[in-house]
Amino acid sequence: MNKTKQNKIIDKCFGFLGIAATLFGLIMLLVFIIDVLSDGLGRINWSFFTSFPSRKPEQAGILSAWVGSVWTMFITAMIALPLGIGAGIHLEEYARKSRLTNFIEINIANLAGVPSVIYGLLGLGLFVRYLQLDRSVLAGGFTLALLILPVIILSTREALRAVPFSMREASYAVGATKWQTVRYQVLPAAFGNILTGIILAMSRAVGETAPLITIGALTYIAFLPQSPIYFSSGFPYLHFSLKGLFDPFTVLPIQIFNWVSRPQKGFFTNAAAGIIVLLGLTLIMNTLAIILRHHHQKKIRW
Amino acid sequence: MVNPTFRITGLDAFYGNKHVLKNINIDILPNAVTALIGPSGCGKSTFIRSLNRINDLILTFRREGKVCYHNQDIYAKDVDVVELRRRVGMVFQKPNPFPKSIYDNIAYCLKVHGIKDKDKIDATVESSLKKAALWDEVKNSLRQNALTLSGGQQQRLCIARTLAVEPEVILFDEPCSSLDPISTAKIEELIHQLKQSYTLIIVTHNMQQAARVSDFAGFFLLGELIEFDKTDKIFTAPKDKRTEDYITGRFG
Repeated sequence: MNKTKQNKIIDKCFGFLGIAATLFGLIMLLVFIIDVLSDGLGRINWSFFTSFPSRKPEQAGILSAWVGSVWTMFITAMIALPLGIGAGIHLEEYARKSRLTNFIEINIANLAGVPSVIYGLLGLGLFVRYLQLDRSVLAGGFTLALLILPVIILSTREALRAVPFSMREASYAVGATKWQTVRYQVLPAAFGNILTGIILAMSRAVGETAPLITIGALTYIAFLPQSPIYFSSGFPYLHFSLKGLFDPFTVLPIQIFNWVSRPQKGFFTNAAAGIIVLLGLTLIMNTLAIILRHHHQKKIRW
Repeated sequence: MVNPTFRITGLDAFYGNKHVLKNINIDILPNAVTALIGPSGCGKSTFIRSLNRINDLILTFRREGKVCYHNQDIYAKDVDVVELRRRVGMVFQKPNPFPKSIYDNIAYCLKVHGIKDKDKIDATVESSLKKAALWDEVKNSLRQNALTLSGGQQQRLCIARTLAVEPEVILFDEPCSSLDPISTAKIEELIHQLKQSYTLIIVTHNMQQAARVSDFAGFFLLGELIEFDKTDKIFTAPKDKRTEDYITGRFG
């Protein structure tokens, strides 16, 4: 057999192996999704979203779980975004390159790979016990914020680095200060990529179970955290309150985890339905990230 | 004898351990075009990038010696770099407009200096584009993204942007190297006009260009300034053998 023919066969083989490898992942995912859909789709209805968990599977719902997820996500975002983006800007644009900044950079990259349960232990020690936040929404939000902080810092830096150096030169050359350059040229140009990173980090946080179980988030809860805005029949009718921050909570993945561990068949169906909701949520967030990235790339071409 | 705009004495520059400029001494005269020629990598760009301290952005850059702008050492501690860069503008090798509209490209330069008056901004946008010979081509599309312009138009927009902040000196770092001959001719024509009101320093690889546009010319080789004189002298009767070899095309 001559060499050319042999090369062609190798080429074909590799192409085939590549397709097989790709299909393997896709098929597994498809099987999983079909399985979950067939188990749980019938269970999804309005009352599933508006009911508290119950001992009777057909009455149980995810109200406290999804409200808890929204609360923790909100707090996570409020803390992780300013800190993460700020740190990213500092490291990329302001910090002088030195041994110290190198050391910090390596550690941030390492922190992004630390198992989430470790963050849970940190949250338990620091927020729940030491700061005595108890098993509150606030403690959960703080813990998840710590978890995604390194990811947000890294993606912010990545996004800033993608902005061409010539852009900064152009701005400095007309007499702009560093802050003006960052604020009006670099950040807007990097905005789409930063946002993409944020959404991906948040969609990771929304599915996290381990750290929240570690800090002791409840698995069965039949009330909601105090709403930040509520109405009363007497004066002054409209109230604002942050008391809800200190209320106990649960989140979607924990609710699912709880149902899966029950023996009754009905809870198994509920778990499948919960997974569909969670999958849908993650899917929506990732789609949003892709749309934003695409939109941004269309707007800016160097 | 007029006072020089820039007086550079004993300038040495380094990137890390690499010694890229060696003991440069030169006077830059006002309202004239000074061209810097020489082969690639011999320090011309580093030299003009030292004049507005844009090289400060490069972390490994280090320099010794004095760069005086109107008798003021620009590397002294109390110098306001932002003000220096406003007065010593720069046009880069690759056109680098901001990814914004043509109007906003120029408006940004005014806004960073605290000018908010809309009428003043409008007027400056128009006058700078006119000075940069771009107005007629873009006056109906000021809101269009600057990146949709051709390379030559982008470079003239960059010149307009520089003019908008009313500098005294404009540094050109190979402004035509990525442009076609027609755009190049337009930029050269522009440089010729700008000479009336500005002090211009231009780095170029193109010797014909240096001969066409400049009043003074300096020849750089391996980080040294070999010869500096009136342009016609450099091109007709160079004193140094190496200058002669370079301009006659024997090397470089």
